[in-house]
Formats: sequence, structure tokens, C-alpha cells
Amino acid sequence: MIDASLRWVDDRLGVAKGGRTFLDKIFPDHWSFMLGEIALYSFVVLLGTGVFLSLYYVPSAHEIVYHGSYLPLRGQKVSEAYASSVGLSFDVKSGLLMRQAHHWAADIFLGSIAVHMARVFFTGAFRKPRELNWIVGVTMLILGIVNGFLGYSLPDDLVSGTGIRIAFSIVESIPLVGSYLGFFLFGGNYPGSGIILERFFLLHILIVPALIVGLLGAHLGLLVKQKHTQFPGKGKTEHNVVGSPMFPTFMAKTNGFLFMTVGVIFLLGGFAQINPIWQFGQYEPYQISYAVQPDWYMGWLDGALRIMPSWEWVGWGHTIPLEVFLPAVIFPGIIFNIFIVWPFLEAKRTKDRAYHNLLDRPRDRPKRTGAGAMMLMLLFMVFCASSTDVLANFFHIKLNYVLWFFRIAVIVIPIITYFITYQICQEMRHAEGVGKRKRPNVVFRSDDGEYSTVATEPRPGDGHEELDAIPVPTYIDLTPPELATGAGVRRVMR
Amino acid sequence: MSAEPTKAPSVTPVALSEPHLQPLAKHPERVQILAGLAMFVGTLGFLGFGIVYWVSDQTQWEAATFGFGMLLLGAGVIAWGKYLMAQGPFVEERHDFHSTEAERAAMTVAITERGGLEIQRRKVLGGLFVLGSTVMGIVLLFPLIRSLGPKPGNVLFETNWRKGSQLVALDGRVITVDDLDVGGVLTVFPQGFVGSSPDQTILIRLAQLPAGAAFPLQSPGRPEWTTAGYVAYSKMCTHLGCPVGLYQEQTQQLVCPCHQSIFNVKAGAVPEFGPAPRPLPQLPIYADANGNLRASDGYNQAVGPGFWERP
Repeated sequence: MIDASLRWVDDRLGVAKGGRTFLDKIFPDHWSFMLGEIALYSFVVLLGTGVFLSLYYVPSAHEIVYHGSYLPLRGQKVSEAYASSVGLSFDVKSGLLMRQAHHWAADIFLGSIAVHMARVFFTGAFRKPRELNWIVGVTMLILGIVNGFLGYSLPDDLVSGTGIRIAFSIVESIPLVGSYLGFFLFGGNYPGSGIILERFFLLHILIVPALIVGLLGAHLGLLVKQKHTQFPGKGKTEHNVVGSPMFPTFMAKTNGFLFMTVGVIFLLGGFAQINPIWQFGQYEPYQISYAVQPDWYMGWLDGALRIMPSWEWVGWGHTIPLEVFLPAVIFPGIIFNIFIVWPFLEAKRTKDRAYHNLLDRPRDRPKRTGAGAMMLMLLFMVFCASSTDVLANFFHIKLNYVLWFFRIAVIVIPIITYFITYQICQEMRHAEGVGKRKRPNVVFRSDDGEYSTVATEPRPGDGHEELDAIPVPTYIDLTPPELATGAGVRRVMR
Repeated sequence: MSAEPTKAPSVTPVALSEPHLQPLAKHPERVQILAGLAMFVGTLGFLGFGIVYWVSDQTQWEAATFGFGMLLLGAGVIAWGKYLMAQGPFVEERHDFHSTEAERAAMTVAITERGGLEIQRRKVLGGLFVLGSTVMGIVLLFPLIRSLGPKPGNVLFETNWRKGSQLVALDGRVITVDDLDVGGVLTVFPQGFVGSSPDQTILIRLAQLPAGAAFPLQSPGRPEWTTAGYVAYSKMCTHLGCPVGLYQEQTQQLVCPCHQSIFNVKAGAVPEFGPAPRPLPQLPIYADANGNLRASDGYNQAVGPGFWERP
């Protein structure tokens, strides 16, 4: 059966040789290589639940009277977008589960991309020959953040509408062309001609996802072509890959991981309420809610806006709202550009032009690890700054003090982080046996009163000796050993 | 079909007892039972989801049945792959990606010489092609960008507030001098433009004064633009345009909930704290003969956040 169909396809496309190579492709085993898979699988959830939601969502600012099953809203004038978002939560079967799973999947998608990116950075996996794939990945991160914001804006609830208002003002802040861009994008002065939801919807469900799918194909294609990196270890060199074959071992593990990722997202979608838009109410440009935060991946931009001093530049009959333009346009621009050029900067600085297939341990590259920790700390500090009001309330501190703390902390703490990280790396590099399982030491006292310390033998199981790696066998002799008599050996293709 | 019989590659088969093909688990039978149990219960979970969907459509039960179904089925398959399949490790050689120097040279030559030759022979055609493509690209941008919306023109400088505009509340009710107590706040619009974003104005009563009496606002506030203890400011934050919706009566400050800019109401809404760069524009108001509040003029500057064309 398999044989006949393979013959049919191979006659026409010639897939056997390449296909076999693909099935034999080796995937190194390490937990940190699963982080990118979480991103991939939450993207699968996003596509699936997104198709479901798009069947019911109406991208229209047209005002109607709400008649759905959520009693507090009955008889109120709301937009079709808001009514359909509440409707798909309460009046479509499984709708709430799908909507919340979609939202959680988006948060997990961007979270896993961030952690995956940190893994790639700290282990030096971005080095030659993988600089291109690093850039593809950074681009997907940017597109993911953009699409997250677009999707967050669609329900037209009070919280997300405020986000759109802020987005308009940020576009407006761009010197020279800002107000033109804003008017073109929104079809007029804010809130525009009512077309923005339709445009966001089109971008959110078609254009940006299509770009992400294309880049995802490139990301995985490059991974297959360039093969995985691996940590140094027994039998692992710059010229080989050691691990499990694509089929069936990796396939089983990764499929199971897909299922488990989906499972976690749906459990969150059912049990952890997220974005209860029916509590926020319909967006009106003159209404506002208190203690409003965007989704976590927008927090760093919000925080940067909050702690920026009010430096508006006015002169020669023009205004440059630097208090908006610097934190919301220039700052993320600089951050993403640092990400993109880092592989080339590092190669230039270290004069390292060699191929790298073996990964670094972070401690062995104290400067890079320090720089990465510094960047993470900077982003974390501006992220925390997006809750200045909540922190001030919670700790009963004056808002002024919280604000000034963050204005200083975003600069000072990342620099301190660099030096601490650098120092920790240096010390770990020079300490023996760091990261290995601890073994007890036995202290002996001789008759003369002399003390000596002897490390105990490894416990059984500690010194698990891995076999030497062999190529994936082409044929396996499937005859059970006790029946193998020499004649009539069955040969089956793996 | 090829006439020649396909020759199977002559590779010695690896014996089933080869250590690399053995499972990682010390007791494969036990792992098999556990994995099988997980997969079976997971399948029951899916069945449960199907039943819950038809019977009650209860969100938490749907999530529990489906989510645990996925978790357990996934865990079973992972256990199968990790502990029961050939433990390996297996190895694969890497090959250099780069081509030989000769191949590189051939590629370069194909571009620079084979292609370059044709361009050198027909420089005019080459130039025309580049010119045509560029013009095409530029004119295609026109509909792509220009059709999207109108030019800003003067719109950002204008509101619907005019000399004599009545102040009305959200429900369209006309506001009179008696409507607010001291400390009271109300969002108002010019009559006929209720709900309009740039027109939103916050009306605050600071003192119980007779109609026509000016409240002593500090600079840059304009006392002559107040009446009967009422003062009116644009409700659009000068930072990012959020509604400045929080009024602290005790300190007489307006607070923007978005990024915590704080404006001093008694001093012309000058920003005292946070990222807002400018005071909220003040709307000149007066009380007419009937005691209705009216604007004595529009705003004297653009409301809301800053932009390039703002002087």
C-alpha cells in the first residue's frame, strides 16, 4: 500500500531520495530547543481559533442596539464590532473558549518567541551561518507584536479603543508626515471615517498573518537546510548533528508537544479569564477607564511613554512632540535595529568569521551574556514602568517617586546588571564542576591528625554513559533474535 | 517506468538487538501501560468534550475535557517517542553550504558578463527600463497611499466650538449655571456635536460665584474666560489624546489615566507632572441671560497631542 503510493508519487516527483534524507534528519535533544516549538504551536492555535472567530466578528463601527444574551448591555447603543465580540463570547457555542484561547495563544506566542530568542542569543546560535534566520526571526517578532496590537483593538471595547487613540497620536507625532499618515490610515481626523476597524481586521486576519506564514516557512526551511545547532558533548563536532531522527522519534515527541501546548492554551482559555470586554463596555472617545494596561508585549512601549520627560520641541513654526516620538517611535526602532545588527556587530568585534554549529555556554561568553542580560533588564524595567500608577497605589508611594525611580532605574539597573552578569560568568567559568550534579565529599582524619578530602564515587545512574552515535540504519533485521536462523531474513525499510 | 529493475542499496541490516535500537526505558512494559493509559483517558476527555458541547456548552467543562484530553494524549505520545522508541543517539554529517570557487566565479560571470554585456550593448534600453519601472513604482504609490484618506488641511486646528455654542451634556441637556455644585465635573460638547472626539470638554465648578464673576485663575489660565466659578478645558490630553477623565477635588488636579499626566486646574491646567508637554487648552465661557452656559469663542489653539504643523 505505502509502497504503491510512494511509487506513484516518486514516478512523478522523484521524492524518495530527498524524502528519505528528510525522514533521517537528525534533531539534537535539548529542552531549550522546544521553546521555538511552543511559538510554532501557539501560532497553529492562533490560526485555528482565529478562523473560528472571524466567522462571527463584524468589523464595523456602525451603531446598533444590543439585543444579545448579556443582560446589562441590553438596549444599549453599541457598535456592531463590539456587539459581535460580546456575541461570539456568549451567544456562539464554544465561542468564549475559542476567544479566550485565541487571546492566551497570542500572549504565549509572543512570550515563547521572546524566550526562544533569548536562548538563541545567549548560546550564540545566531552566528555564521545563521544570521539570516536570526533576522527572519526578529522580523516575525515585530510582526507578531503588530498583529497582537491589531487583534487587541478589534473588539472596540473601552480599553482597546483607548489603545487605538494612542496609536493615532503616536503616528501623528512623526515629524513632517505624521498628521498625513494618521489621516490616511484612519480616513480622517481621529476617530476617522469609521473605517479603521475594517482596515485593522484586514491587516489582522490576512496581510500580517500571510507575512508571518511566509517568514515561518523561510525560518523552518533555513533550519532544515542549515541543520540544527547543538551543545558540545560526546561525539558532537562542528561537522555533525547528534540526536533523534525526524521519523519516527522526533515526530512523536513534537506531535505530543503540539498536543500539550494546545491543551495548556485551552485550559487557560477556559479557566483563566482574559480581556472581559463585556465589563469594559463600548469604546467612546470621551470615556476612559482607570488602571488600564495593554497586553504584556506592548507594556515596554507604554512604560517608555510614561517615564519620558515632557520634552516637546517647538520652533520655526513647527512642533516635534519628542515626548511621544522618542519613546514610541525612536526607542523601539533602536531596540529592533540592535537585534538585527547584533550578529554582524559581534562578528566584527570578535573578528570571528568561522562557521559555528556548536553552541556556546552563556558563561563562556561573559560579555555577550552581560549585554543580553542588560537588554533584558532594560526591557523589563520599562515594562514595569507601565504600571507606575498600580505600583504607587499598591505600595502607597507617591506617583512622583515611582516615576522618578523608574526614570533613573531604566538607566542604572541595566548597567549594574551587565557587571553582575559578567562577574557571575567569570566565576562560573573558573569553578570546576559547575552545573554538574553535586557529589558528597568524605573528609578523613589520619592518625597524625591530618585531614584529607576525597570525593565519593558517582552514584549509580549519575554517570549515565551515552552510546557512541551511529548513522540512522537503512535496514533493520526485524527477525526476533531467537528465530534468526540465517535463512529467510525479512528486510523492512525503516 | 524504467526498464531496469531498481537495485536496493546493499547495506547490511542492523540487528534488532543493536543497543541503539533499544528503548531508553528500563521497564518498557510499565512505560507502555502508563502511556497507553494517558492516551486512553485523553480520548475519554475528547468524548467528554463532545458530550459537554451538546449538553451544556459550559466553558469550563469544555476547557477541562478538551484541554486535559490534549495534555494526556500528548503526554502519551511523548512518552512513546522518548522512552519506547530507538534510543539512539544517531548522527548525521553536515555538509558545507558554500559552493566551490569555480561555481561562484561562474555565477558572478553569468551576472556581470552575460547580463552586463547586453546592458552595455543597449544602454538606452537599460536606462529606459529602469526609468519605466521607477515611474511605475511611484505612480502606483499614489492610489495605494493617497486614496486612503483626506489630507489633514486645517482639521487638526478646528473644533465645533463657536461663539455662542451652548454647552450640552452627553444626553443633550443644556447646562445652566445651577447644574453643578462646587467640586462638580461634567463632560460637555457644543450643542449638536455630542460625542465628537475633538470637541470633548471638561467643565469644572471651582467656586460658588455669581454669574459674570471671574474666578481668579493663575496664569496661564484666563480668569475672564471663567464664569460663575466654572472653568472649561479641553478633555483631550496634550500627551496622547486620552480623555483626561479623573478629577481630584482635594488638590484640584486633572489626571490622565493613560500615562498619569497631572494638570493644575487652578492654573490654566498647566501640566505639573508626567509626560504631557502643554496645558489643556481653555474654553472661554459665559452665562447668557437665561443662565445657560455658552462658549464665548472656540479654542484659541489646536486641542490634543502635538504634531508637526502645530506652531
